[in-house]
Amino acid sequence: MSAVLDHHGDHAHDDHHHAPTGWRRWVFATNHKDIGTLYLLFAFTMLMIGGVLALLIRAELFQPGLQVVNPELFNQLTTMHGLIMVFGAIMPAFVGFANWMIPLQIGASDMAFARMNNFSFWLMIPAALMLAGSFFMPGGAPAAGWTLYAPLTLQMGPSMDAGIFAMHILGASSIMGSINIIVTILNMRAPGMTLMKMPMFAWTWLITAYLLIAVMPVLAGAITMTLTDRHFGTSFFNPAGGGDPIMYQHIFWFFGHPEVYIMILPAFGIISQVVPAFARKKLFGYASMVYATSSIAILSFIVWAHHMFTTGMPVTGQLFFMYATMLIAVPTAVKIFNWIATMWRGSMTFETPMLFAVGFIFVFTMGGFTGLIPAIAPIDTQLQDTYYIVAHFHYVLVAGSLFAMFSGFYYWAPKWTGVMYSETRGKIHFWWSLISFNITFFPMHFLGLAGMPRRYADYPMQFADFNAVASVGGFFFGFAQVYFFLFIVLPMMRGQGEKAPQRPWEGAEGLEWEVPSPAPFHTFENPPKLDATATKVIG
Amino acid sequence: MKNMSNKLASNLRHAGVWAGVWFATAAQAVNDLPGGPSVRQLNLPEPATKIAAAQNSLHWMMLILCTVIFIGVFSVMFYSIWKHRKSKGHKAANFHESVTVEVVWTVIPFIIVILMALPATKLVVAQKDTSNADLTIKVTGYQWKWGYDYLKGEGEGIGFISTLDPAQRVMSNAGKPQGDDFLFRVDNPLVVPVGKKIRIITTAEDVIHAFAVPQFGIKQDAIPGFVRDTWFRAERTGDFYGQCQELCGKEHAYMPIHVKVLSAQDYSQWVDGEKKKMAAKADDPAKVWTQADLMARGEKVYAANCVACHQASGKGAGTIKPIDGAAVALDADKTRMIAVLLNGQANGTMPAWKQLSDTEIAAVITFAKNSWSNKTGQVVQPAEVKTARK
Repeated sequence: MSAVLDHHGDHAHDDHHHAPTGWRRWVFATNHKDIGTLYLLFAFTMLMIGGVLALLIRAELFQPGLQVVNPELFNQLTTMHGLIMVFGAIMPAFVGFANWMIPLQIGASDMAFARMNNFSFWLMIPAALMLAGSFFMPGGAPAAGWTLYAPLTLQMGPSMDAGIFAMHILGASSIMGSINIIVTILNMRAPGMTLMKMPMFAWTWLITAYLLIAVMPVLAGAITMTLTDRHFGTSFFNPAGGGDPIMYQHIFWFFGHPEVYIMILPAFGIISQVVPAFARKKLFGYASMVYATSSIAILSFIVWAHHMFTTGMPVTGQLFFMYATMLIAVPTAVKIFNWIATMWRGSMTFETPMLFAVGFIFVFTMGGFTGLIPAIAPIDTQLQDTYYIVAHFHYVLVAGSLFAMFSGFYYWAPKWTGVMYSETRGKIHFWWSLISFNITFFPMHFLGLAGMPRRYADYPMQFADFNAVASVGGFFFGFAQVYFFLFIVLPMMRGQGEKAPQRPWEGAEGLEWEVPSPAPFHTFENPPKLDATATKVIG
Repeated sequence: MKNMSNKLASNLRHAGVWAGVWFATAAQAVNDLPGGPSVRQLNLPEPATKIAAAQNSLHWMMLILCTVIFIGVFSVMFYSIWKHRKSKGHKAANFHESVTVEVVWTVIPFIIVILMALPATKLVVAQKDTSNADLTIKVTGYQWKWGYDYLKGEGEGIGFISTLDPAQRVMSNAGKPQGDDFLFRVDNPLVVPVGKKIRIITTAEDVIHAFAVPQFGIKQDAIPGFVRDTWFRAERTGDFYGQCQELCGKEHAYMPIHVKVLSAQDYSQWVDGEKKKMAAKADDPAKVWTQADLMARGEKVYAANCVACHQASGKGAGTIKPIDGAAVALDADKTRMIAVLLNGQANGTMPAWKQLSDTEIAAVITFAKNSWSNKTGQVVQPAEVKTARK
């Protein structure tokens, strides 16, 4: 290991003298911090694009009747909103966090494969252009839902092929990113940083990376078969040729359910770092957190068909997937209990990162419970494909993943930029987001229970009021994120604000707080010597 | 528990009404639709079958359990947030591990979820038991309408298509919806007798649809190339409504389900009437029609089946190809267009229409070949379609 590190150290030293500047710095970037920044900016751009699509959906649904878009465009909007948010915003954003923080947290000089790191980022640009550009192709963007169910996908125009190609590229990028993270974590930890002393964020990402490698090829297989069904006369999913459309769903959700955890495990990692820092108390049950995360990852492979209860599975199938799904509640509950036990008898302060972390725990748990309810197969008979499901997964993906990322941003951005954010503005952003989020998505539970199907461009008049409320909330939520960028992110990137100390948070522990703020271009060029807890550098 | 849950429900409803008064938008006045959704409905609909009632109580059980746990867990968290803060001078304790505690709070949730899943098991089995049905009806999903065929039991042989009332689609497009049954009104509702076990067999012609009637507690995907089933036994007569619940293309929101539940006597009467109508309506495929008659009939068929995609102008839109000026419509070889209607085209973007009668297909082709700028003067007779079918 030391040989690798030494060699790497030399290189880094070399680069130091020829560090590219201007556009070359970004296009030829091999520095994990620069690539992390690129990932985060890319993800935020996609969040804005996906958000605009969401607001067009909400504008159309503000009142019954078609006012803004026609049903064709509506289906394109829902499909592209899903694809862009999942593959363009949430996943790359977490990779951005990983790039910035994992080498800093484990005392490595950079990611293991610096050039592959560059490649996996720049691959996403053509993919994103292709995805977003599909709106301008003949027949418009794909409109078969983000799940791309066959045989509806076989009826789509040429943009479907562009979409499939884009997903292939994004998948390849994710796999490269995962390999990079796994190799970095397993091989480049500073001496003394054993696996069980590693920060939780690195742990959750290690597990997530394995999930990604396991399931991205499965998605690639499913969409490749869709592609050959569309153009090369195969009939994997085309019933007209003896194919099985339900087989597509099985394959898709075998990818899709682990994917859900890919989008939430790194969030658990961030929360597990933020809560102890602001409770000024060590994380309760570190080992059980690691085991709980691993159990969730393993269980995620045997629950996929709970997305398919209404396809007409046999009794035994329904029972198996119902029980397996409910089992996931156990490790998830353990995590919630551990966070609360960490807070218990701590010495808490509530700066913005902690606000978002507590907000996360509170609202994410609601999303957890609204997942437990449709896990009961007979209740899912009522709720499947209704707005209840829409409410549920936005509670876990927006109030879950997105809020955790905000928490992580406020926690680490002083290290990235060297300046503190404005605490007042951070608090405004938090309360504004939390309240408007709930106004948007809470009424959707009622709509779903009342039977309003999802992906409907128009709906019966009885559903009008809750839809109006959700739309108003949605616009407020959208503006809150614009505010976040203009008044919090931009000033920090420009270096405006109070200078950040090396350790801005009293209770924060870990190697990232052992380097100055902003973190210099190269850190840990020589492996640091660590204390017994592997949280401090001692020379 | 039922009492308590009812009370809770009514309290919630009151709260909902008050909130509703607050945010009532400029939307037109609307009332509850009996058998369909209520205005600002907060919970599952009033059940009309035993299965739906069981789902309701299961949901109440889950909701209450989850709420109690939620409140329990978060009162601990908020107590801690209130008491254990630095501004109150609280010093951090130093504990961070306890195997006993970890085991306890792993085992307890485990037991709770098992207890939650047990009552559901019985219901899963009951929902799936489609044996010994009194009446079996095949439901076929088409883009974008439902086909109902009575396969077995009283009314065997009856079959019809159920489509959204076109006026509703016009209102939707105009952005001016009206009426309590907006988007629920169809031309031919599915008619079933009360108190009888109805087995629904689902399949689809083109893409996946889902047949759902919330008040019966049923939702079953209709999958092309595959047959699935579900069942219900309606406890009371009346009209019940549902909507397609699986994304099936652009008119997904416009293929509602209307089930009319009649008393045994009324149902028998309806079956008699239906049989007589069928006998009277059956077109003789050997009949030779005049062009004018075929055009008039074809215009109706076009309005009912084709206009959603190809538009009244015959010019299509987006990926939908125009008929106006299309080579296949102008072609002197009539069999080409007949083949497109019978078999579909472009992977089902143009679906197959073989469920229409020979006369209907002949009429709509004649109509298309002689409308807009198409002036072929060709007439397609039902007999030609009949030959092409083989």
